[in-house]
Amino acid sequence: MNVELRDPNVVMKLSRLGSFHQSKLSFLRSFLKEFKDWEYKRDLFELNENGYGTAVYSFKKSTRVYSLICYANELNENERSDRVIATKWDAAFVLHDGVPTKQDIERLRNEVPKQEVGRLSYKELTLSRANKSVRAFNHVVESLSKGNQPDIELLSKVGYLYRTTAVYGSGKFGLADRFRIKNREEIYGPFRLEMMLVYLVRQFTFDQVDHVAKHKNPKKAVSLDDEICRNLGIGNSTGLGMAPFIVNHPTLLNNWIVAKEIALKTIREIKDVKTEDSDLFKIYLKKSIKNITSWNTDSEYQQKKIKSLLDDLNKFIQFIEKDFDFLKEFAFNNIYLWAEENLGEECIEYIVSMMMEPYDDIVNPLINQMSSEEEKYFNIPTDRTIGELREILEKKYSEIIKIDFSKKENYQNFWFISKNKEEPRMADRFNENGSELEQPLAIARDIKKLYEVISVAKNSSTIDKFLLNNNDLRHVVRRAFIVEKFPYSEIQDNTIGQSIIPIDMLRLKLSFFGALKFDPRSDKWLRICMFQGAPLPHELKNYNPYWVYNSLN
Amino acid sequence: MKSLSEIDTTSKRACKAAGYSWGIAEEVGKNIRLLEMFGLPGIKNLNDYFKKKKQKRFENLNLINKENKAIKLEFCPIIAGTSFLDQAKALENLNEIYFEKIAYPLLFLPFVSRASEIIGKRIFIKLDDKEFLLNFNNNIYSNFLSNNIIENAKTISVKFLNNVDSFEKKEWEELYRLSEDTFVEESDSLKETGAGAGLTDND
Repeated sequence: MNVELRDPNVVMKLSRLGSFHQSKLSFLRSFLKEFKDWEYKRDLFELNENGYGTAVYSFKKSTRVYSLICYANELNENERSDRVIATKWDAAFVLHDGVPTKQDIERLRNEVPKQEVGRLSYKELTLSRANKSVRAFNHVVESLSKGNQPDIELLSKVGYLYRTTAVYGSGKFGLADRFRIKNREEIYGPFRLEMMLVYLVRQFTFDQVDHVAKHKNPKKAVSLDDEICRNLGIGNSTGLGMAPFIVNHPTLLNNWIVAKEIALKTIREIKDVKTEDSDLFKIYLKKSIKNITSWNTDSEYQQKKIKSLLDDLNKFIQFIEKDFDFLKEFAFNNIYLWAEENLGEECIEYIVSMMMEPYDDIVNPLINQMSSEEEKYFNIPTDRTIGELREILEKKYSEIIKIDFSKKENYQNFWFISKNKEEPRMADRFNENGSELEQPLAIARDIKKLYEVISVAKNSSTIDKFLLNNNDLRHVVRRAFIVEKFPYSEIQDNTIGQSIIPIDMLRLKLSFFGALKFDPRSDKWLRICMFQGAPLPHELKNYNPYWVYNSLN
Repeated sequence: MKSLSEIDTTSKRACKAAGYSWGIAEEVGKNIRLLEMFGLPGIKNLNDYFKKKKQKRFENLNLINKENKAIKLEFCPIIAGTSFLDQAKALENLNEIYFEKIAYPLLFLPFVSRASEIIGKRIFIKLDDKEFLLNFNNNIYSNFLSNNIIENAKTISVKFLNNVDSFEKKEWEELYRLSEDTFVEESDSLKETGAGAGLTDND
């Protein structure tokens, strides 16, 4: 049986993208898989009794070394802010390519804590900063210093000791450009080095809390139990900075989604599902529910989504236990079709993620295809014709070209770059200044405009002639020829309409990162947790690849 | 040192701010990144051009012909370059193209370099006395090694080079004969068991 790949007009809708969940394809899971055989080491740990100072952690294999340098600083309570406009943080981190010299550590000490206003070099790969969850951190220090383990109930509500507020890579602030490192096999999957940074930061938070507790009460203090450590991740506050990324990297977006879609198609095409595979699917589906019941958020929007997910999942579990026979042919295809018929988007995508769990052989080869050589597809094929362009627009943007952009509600918002922090933001076009400096992120509106303009052009005319007088539409002409080759490269929705929920765009990207427990704090930013339940570095060699469902929290 | 990613982003934004469309700004971002990667002073020239553009007008060259003369002003290198890139496949048939008066011609160069990759031919470009051999957008070979701003070029010639060998037949044969010294003479029995041996090829 041949199952078609899902229609981009369904998959690439914002509500669907905003319902994506972590899976075997997620970058933090593929990072652990890639680096499990590397030698992990804590190379330097020079903190004072309050936990301030410098630490270095590394992963090494053969002659390749990646080193995380941590700078932990004293921070007054009134200086602590997760907002991107903050200028000081509890700790700042940089991933260095190789073994840093003393001079490197000193050079970076002057730059890394300054973050966006510091300068890095081509020897540095990723940069980040993080703030303590003061509530969780202080509680753990207090407990450990008295010889007790902390209250698991309290920790499970937070999920981490620190949360990062930005992770930068790929040439930002002088960091190494991707071209310098892209041929390294260990980083073929996207965001590998960002994942490494976050993972090592997590270990630093455990070492720091142990260190502070020990200095507080050297005789009585105990170390944080490994089991508790494992169930803590790293938090992350994420704002709109991430949203334009998925618009600005169309072929990369396509490669992420297409990996997921190929995995789903291949699994649906399995004629006879082995009992061991269906059992594994059922076991981890049930186990995973703990990740939903422990999903805390004050956001009404998310609470509704969680409730509907839980209701749907219970309905689904009842269905597969009472009414479903895995011995029938094409069982996963039947499951998928039933889910589409009976469940909401959030649960459908949850089940799609879970369906990948038994199938390393299907998923693993796809992981290394999730990067993109974006430059290859940048040039516009100007010898193509208007007729061909029209066909692409009608075929690939069929829903978009139906949107009526003469209605205010369909172009209510605009995207801009803020002057004070150079970060992407969204605002109401009719209530805020600056729409004349709009970023080219209103793809649906501009595609519609292109469609209208070419409606009066000759089909046989070539694109080079069209561009002579229409270079204002050049950016969307480029995109149209990209989406022709890469069907999942475009969000099939209006990114400037009145009803847009920008966190849907963030959720898409974060689900591919492998984030859990999305906690929207508004429609424009959210908190997440990464690596919760993940093995500790010293456990990597023999870790359970299903760790994500073994969390106690 | 600025990363190429920073160079791309800042050039793109500056280009938009200087009045070009986002689509053209995207081209310029990529171009300045290329120039800087090839060791040519892209940022310096772009910055100076945008300053000059505030005080002075430049002519847009949209449709490129065999000979292109700016009437009163100098050609804008960005519009001329975009046109060259877009029309490259048609221009290839002209073999050689001439321009008079292009402002900041180094900014025109990366468009032509990218065209070299698109059409699969080397391009030789002369900006007055400065020569550049554009090798399929993989590198640029030049007698211009300074880090200076070039405010304009009076005469510019662009020549599409045919894909021909750079060596004589005799030189190739000599080298090939030497390479044969790595081969081993096969015995008759080995020949009989090679691929395709023993079968009729008329089946």
